[in-house]
Amino acid sequence: MKCGDANMNERGTEERGSLQKTRSGLSLATVRKTLGRSGDRLFVYLVGLVALSTLMLVWLLVAFMISDSIESIEEFGFGYLTGRTWEEQKGVYGALPFIFGTLLTSAIAVAIGVPVSIGIAIYLSELAPAWIREPLSFVIELLAAIPSVIYGLWAMGALRPLLVNSVEPWLVKWFGWTPFFEGTPQGLDKLAAGLILAIMIIPTVASVSKEALRAVPDSQREAALSLGATRYETTRMAVLTYARSGIFGACILGLGRAFGETMAVTMTIGNSNAISWSLIDPGQTMASLIANRWGEAEGLQRASLIEIGVILFVIALLVNVFARLMLGRVLKSVHTTGGGL
Amino acid sequence: MKEASTQSSSGQREKIAMPHRGGNRAFIIIALVVVAIVVIAAAFATGMLSLGSDKGTVTLTGAGATFPMPLILKWADEYYNETDGKVKVNYGGGGSGAGITQIKDQTVVFAGTDAPLSGDESSQYGLVHIPETLGAVVVAFNVPGLATLKLDGDTLAKIFMKNITKWNDPAIVALNAGASLPDNDIQTVVRSDSSGTTFVFTGYLEIVSSEFASIYGQAKSLTWPGAIGASGNPGVTSTVKSTSYSIGYIELSYAMQNEIPFAQLKNKDGNFVVASLDTTSAAAAAAGASLPAGGGDWSNVNILNAPGSDSYPIASFTYILVYKELYDDATKLNKTAAEALVDFLWWMVHDEAQSWADDLYYAPLPASVVALNEATLEALTYQGEPVL
Amino acid sequence: MRSHKLRKRVDMAASLLAVGCVLVALIPLVSILVEVIRNGAPMLSWEFITDRTTSGVGNAILGSLQIVMYAAFIGLPVGILTGIYISEFGNNRMGSTIRFFNDVMANFPSIVVGLLVYAMLIVYLGMTYSIIVASVALSIIMIPIVANTTEESLKMVPNSLREGALALGVPRWRTVLKVVLSNGRSGVITGALLAVARVAGETAPLILTTMFSYFWTVSPNEPSAALPTLIFNYAMGYSSLTVDEAMRHAWGAALVLIMLVLSLNVSVRLLSMRRFKKNHKGARRWRTRLSLKA
Repeated sequence: MKCGDANMNERGTEERGSLQKTRSGLSLATVRKTLGRSGDRLFVYLVGLVALSTLMLVWLLVAFMISDSIESIEEFGFGYLTGRTWEEQKGVYGALPFIFGTLLTSAIAVAIGVPVSIGIAIYLSELAPAWIREPLSFVIELLAAIPSVIYGLWAMGALRPLLVNSVEPWLVKWFGWTPFFEGTPQGLDKLAAGLILAIMIIPTVASVSKEALRAVPDSQREAALSLGATRYETTRMAVLTYARSGIFGACILGLGRAFGETMAVTMTIGNSNAISWSLIDPGQTMASLIANRWGEAEGLQRASLIEIGVILFVIALLVNVFARLMLGRVLKSVHTTGGGL
Repeated sequence: MKEASTQSSSGQREKIAMPHRGGNRAFIIIALVVVAIVVIAAAFATGMLSLGSDKGTVTLTGAGATFPMPLILKWADEYYNETDGKVKVNYGGGGSGAGITQIKDQTVVFAGTDAPLSGDESSQYGLVHIPETLGAVVVAFNVPGLATLKLDGDTLAKIFMKNITKWNDPAIVALNAGASLPDNDIQTVVRSDSSGTTFVFTGYLEIVSSEFASIYGQAKSLTWPGAIGASGNPGVTSTVKSTSYSIGYIELSYAMQNEIPFAQLKNKDGNFVVASLDTTSAAAAAAGASLPAGGGDWSNVNILNAPGSDSYPIASFTYILVYKELYDDATKLNKTAAEALVDFLWWMVHDEAQSWADDLYYAPLPASVVALNEATLEALTYQGEPVL
Repeated sequence: MRSHKLRKRVDMAASLLAVGCVLVALIPLVSILVEVIRNGAPMLSWEFITDRTTSGVGNAILGSLQIVMYAAFIGLPVGILTGIYISEFGNNRMGSTIRFFNDVMANFPSIVVGLLVYAMLIVYLGMTYSIIVASVALSIIMIPIVANTTEESLKMVPNSLREGALALGVPRWRTVLKVVLSNGRSGVITGALLAVARVAGETAPLILTTMFSYFWTVSPNEPSAALPTLIFNYAMGYSSLTVDEAMRHAWGAALVLIMLVLSLNVSVRLLSMRRFKKNHKGARRWRTRLSLKA
């Protein structure tokens, strides 16, 4: 589709030239033509230069990150990724606890957020009466508009008492024997951060999944329905199967959002550098470590923090590549604005 | 890709059929409203800017320790009123380490820190220490039915090292004759972030327990055994409050404000002392005589486990760091700003400002320390000339 | 084969489950709004909005407006021009590279943008914590969002319009500006305003770049308060107020921030929704067919 565009545009340009020639041989037109041509070139150069500058900006940031983290890269090499300690006194920095914390909280977020989001997407695309679809998706996407610091405040003021008083004691009582719920409930922990992330990824995952489901041709549904399938069976067999790569892409975008979220996580995760499988222990993610430690860091520690930035950049790169493979170009607008129209 | 192209081409087709006019006007109105708000804000801003520069306002920026932050912010606010809005002091937290880093980077003109610089560092950078207030770290606890608790340093260290794990451990019972101590596990609560509070607390444990000194030692953050980590003084405070049979260390001001019980500690003279502003000041007064000059080596200064019958043992100075020579190409600090900075610091360590400390549960400086600060401030220079 | 009844029940259960998912997502949204209003509304007063810290949040509102304004001055033109390039001239290697890295930047954590701007402008160039440094950070976050929405809305402009203009001999640059851009302008404006609303709530980069101030800040070269940093500082206990009072101020500031951000977001989206309504005609037609069959 994109290629078609290009050809048409180029053809258009050529045709314009020839059209002008045939229309008149007047000098005014010639002047206009040359002005138009050089105007064209000038315009393309101008716009291209600005666009190029954004690309340069990205490369500048990357170059800066790498040159600033080189001290840490040279010191720790790949061992940085598996180092378990982050100690200023010893000058030893390892990113494993934070990679671990990021993965664990994001896993909670995906485990809770993705099924809910897919449910929402199915409801909005397959089940809901027409009049409710737009208002409802509009409301769901409001979740994306709330600033993350307000999520954090809400988690501290409203979610935390609920976790400490009811949810976590219950989990400890019934699942305390598993390694995931050992310890004392305190409400500032990986579970709290995971829950907040789950809520925060819902608008992204739900709206992209909804677009993926909408993109399924009606003939798929009609075929299943005409075979006598119920609506559930139609959705499961004909629609979800068809849209699975799109939904998978949506999950990856949600994961990307969870990986990079900073403020809400910093306010809820408890900021402990220890590795612990228990969800009710505090932890730290890569982004929250930067927020917590950047101010104090100098020398090697600063380089190590910037290396975390490099890791996050690589993750953003991978997320983008995967999401692109899964989604194709059409759904792009949805994820970059954090919610479609 | 197939579903993609279907979707978009159908979208385009419908777009063509759609009338364009209606919504555009509303859009332009919104855009205009936003632009108007922004322009009004800008006009307001520039208007005040020109007013501001006429009056010759000075902005001083500092960063660092979060422990004295409430007090410094309060001072900034009062000083702003005091000077009729001519001097604005901004203080960003970030922690003691952040303050030191930033004053070395010269992104701030003063820094707050709980841990003094080493002698080498302060002479290399030409920084002086100005102790501006005193704080105490208290051991808050939450044991249902228990209102007072007495502890000594060794027992406290053992509790946080998990050598003592029950509330009715003989060591605790011996210190609290007659109290009903339950047979419950002690849940320790610690700071999970890097903090000056932890630095002071571990400094005390290091002095009173050789075992703690050999295993852990003084640090801004530690990997504590079996403890709940909570972020910031507010985090530890609320965690202790919400967790039965827990014990944790917090700043005195947070304990007072939040009305949480805290333990009496046995001081060097063998008395059990309740942390208060008076007992904190007493600890400082006891050490006051032996303090170095502002430009000297402060790294060995501590008023932990200070002598004196009323001295609270976990007390600490917190410092402002400034350059001895305030002129520097990099800081671009002009003479007016340098004077304003020194005036502010002078005001800060004296009576009126120090009385604000009381309200926020910081201990006022003893007279000996104020005198020391006066000498330090008088020695500050701008291009070689004394500022005061 | 399972019985018809059972299949009907499963169908019913699945539908209920989907409805349940929607409700589950609405709970936090409603709870956030209710909590912010419940805790914030008692704080709201003319004094709270117009006084400076610590009796109000006026300086934080002004700070936020200034930061967002400068960010928009830098970010919007760059973002829109980049979007025009990608949409109109971007069918080449450079175009797709720019598009790709714009997408990467859109997924890039804002705190890292903040720390890079801090390291470049404050540490290396020796600028102070200030509104303008924060604006640079926010504009970097804005650019990919604006570029993307611009590209998307320009691509919605039918090719026949471009072809028509070019066929009439209009130079390409005028075609882009007069025909393409004016037809896609509502989409461009929507994207720009949504980006503004989005960065107005950004916190992480501000903490590293503007610090905080208790005072009215009017010079772009000075540290400044902003609503998100005020909420963060107060919630974490970094203020000269008591813990409870600081929390109350944080809620009040949260209410102000959420009103600013959501009113912009909602009004822009409501208007654009009205414009795009016809897009769903196809879906609606299909729904009618389905309900006839089922």
